[in-house]
Amino acid sequence: MKPDDPAIRWVQMPSLGLSGRMYLPLLYQGLTTTLRHMFSPKVTQEYPDVEPKIDNPLIYRGVHRLNRDEQGRVKCVACFLCATACPAHCIDIVAAESPWPDRDKYPESFVIDELRCIYCGMCEEACPVDAIELTSLYNLTGRSREEMFFDKEKLLSVYDQTKDKEPSLMERAKRESATSSAQEEKAPMQSE
Amino acid sequence: MATVIVDGKEVQLPPDRQLNGIEAARLAGVEIPHYCWHPGLSVVASCRMCLVECGTRDPKTGQVRMMPKLVPACQTPARDGTVFITNSEKVRHARAFVQEALLMDHPIDCPICDKAGECYLQDYYFQHGQPRRRADLNPFHSRKRVLGPTVVLFVDRCIMCSRCVRFCREVAGTGELMVVQRGAKEEIDVFPNHPLENKLSGNVVELCPVGALADRDFLYKQRVWFLRSHPGICTGCSAGCNIWIDENQDRIYRLRARENPHVNRWWICDPGRYGFHHVHSPKRLVGFQLRKSPDSPAEELTWEQAREQILSWAQQASGAAAVLSPHLTVEEAYLLCTWMRQVDPKSLLVLGPVPRQGEDEHFPGGFTIRAEKCPNRRGVVEVLQHFGGLVGPWEENLGQLLSASPGLLWVSGGYKTDWISTAEAQQLRAAAQHLVLQDLFPSPLSQVADLVLPGAAFAEKSGSYVNHAGRLQWAPWAIRPPVGARPEGQVYWELLRRPGLYQPQEVLQELADQVVAFQAVVVPVPQTGIDLHLPLLAQQPAETRGTQA
Repeated sequence: MKPDDPAIRWVQMPSLGLSGRMYLPLLYQGLTTTLRHMFSPKVTQEYPDVEPKIDNPLIYRGVHRLNRDEQGRVKCVACFLCATACPAHCIDIVAAESPWPDRDKYPESFVIDELRCIYCGMCEEACPVDAIELTSLYNLTGRSREEMFFDKEKLLSVYDQTKDKEPSLMERAKRESATSSAQEEKAPMQSE
Repeated sequence: MATVIVDGKEVQLPPDRQLNGIEAARLAGVEIPHYCWHPGLSVVASCRMCLVECGTRDPKTGQVRMMPKLVPACQTPARDGTVFITNSEKVRHARAFVQEALLMDHPIDCPICDKAGECYLQDYYFQHGQPRRRADLNPFHSRKRVLGPTVVLFVDRCIMCSRCVRFCREVAGTGELMVVQRGAKEEIDVFPNHPLENKLSGNVVELCPVGALADRDFLYKQRVWFLRSHPGICTGCSAGCNIWIDENQDRIYRLRARENPHVNRWWICDPGRYGFHHVHSPKRLVGFQLRKSPDSPAEELTWEQAREQILSWAQQASGAAAVLSPHLTVEEAYLLCTWMRQVDPKSLLVLGPVPRQGEDEHFPGGFTIRAEKCPNRRGVVEVLQHFGGLVGPWEENLGQLLSASPGLLWVSGGYKTDWISTAEAQQLRAAAQHLVLQDLFPSPLSQVADLVLPGAAFAEKSGSYVNHAGRLQWAPWAIRPPVGARPEGQVYWELLRRPGLYQPQEVLQELADQVVAFQAVVVPVPQTGIDLHLPLLAQQPAETRGTQA
């Protein structure tokens, strides 16, 4: 678009009046805001001394965890969908044939580079078996880069640590169905 | 000229081939979905996915009469005046029904299925399936059965297209696979104690339109959407089969057959398919190694130092000789010969050992595994003959080399297996003043050579190969060589003091201009290769031309 384009409408800035030129009304407005905040209730949290309260830990996007199935095995089926969805390419999986008769594939190694991760939660959304979830653990620290590569054992231990406070999707569904008066019968699996 | 009408569009049929509905529609740019039909196998029309409306146009009145029922396009020959309708409501309905019926028994375990991403069942579901499932089915765990050393069957994923059964009967000729039981209980199986272990067994995995047959070598290694496919040429034998090299981050995960009607059609053999593991072997030679005296340990040096060392040897040497491996590409052979002749105009150029294993193996489907286990003997021989080199058996060539006792002996290897005995290595070592070896793996010769230059494996270099039938085929590089290895062509290029990076296509053009045997070559080489005999054959009538399997 050029300056002489007919679509452009040129306007003149209105000139300042006497009060505007003295700046006093604006100064008064600004100081009022400052004073109001001095006496209003504080929202700042003194972080290292005071732990912040997380409203809903179920939707918070902190450190990852790998869920366990009913038998305590890693629930992940090594489908690589999280690694595919990951925009930061921080998930590294090595798949192998599972040692269990009822499962085909499982992750032999599952490593997340927590420093590379951008905590977008796409892995959680991509997972077809709800095996990877983001917890509300936010204060992630380490002394070296290597320490921040979270492997399968570490991610499972995060699950053990958080499973009571933040039940996984499957557990929540189970609890809901248990508490609801109408006991719905689960559709029987086709095989076996 | 025969004309077929596909969705209202008229297409001319080729005069020399009989096409079915699927092929005729392809000519019109219409893809008819199909599972059981494959151009290389017999027609069974069992999957019913290619159902179309069909009719004929009266040549006199031009009136079209349609058949009341749908017909499978794969079984319907395209004749003059045949009318196919592939996009009507009736056809779409039929496809959605077939798709729904197939998915009724399917475990839908796509997340853990190796085929996901290249699965016809998935693709056709999105293209032709119903948006919603009417049956209330949960995904389930598929039964698994090991069929043989290379293939595992996920029984419940199978859609019973019987491509694999027909392949084993018609192409491999071994017929291990069969359909057991009937109706909804149909399954693919083998007889007890007769596993699927023919030398073409890997093809059934590629043929399988769904994830039922899985390659045990590739199983769970990588999801297919991470892989990048590069066209290549198999270097396992002199057949020169066309392949796809599927790699991710410079690691080959699998090889697949690439269609070439003149060479391998749709198939490759198992030794070729699984013959890439040596590329990533930890035993491979890496790092340039110089041995100053026969007993001293080898010391590492950079490529620049190695190059200067070679050039200084070349200047001082009284007489030079080179052994050209049949694993070299024609461009590399040409460059090596050119450089050798620069060093010493009377240098002795000989063909290296040509590995042979058993006899040629022919299969009923026309596929042949060659006994000559190197990709480019013919190409190297043509180049050597141009330069007046020796192309006889290795024993004779070795004798000539020993009697010549050259100042600089250049040996190119690149063999996958042991290729030289300790005695021969010692003899060569004693005959030559300076011995330079280019190879992939440690050998008796690499223990005694003055300078060892690690070379590149087949997927790591660009170049062309001439197969047993004299067809020149071009293979670009697919992965980068490991650190400390240098493609042969690049080495010769720099020794010839040519500027910049190795340009194999430039060299091939030079070859085409200078060597009579390569006069048919055009650059870039077409995908199906160039028959080097073509200039000679063009003078003969068409009927006498032999076909190459």
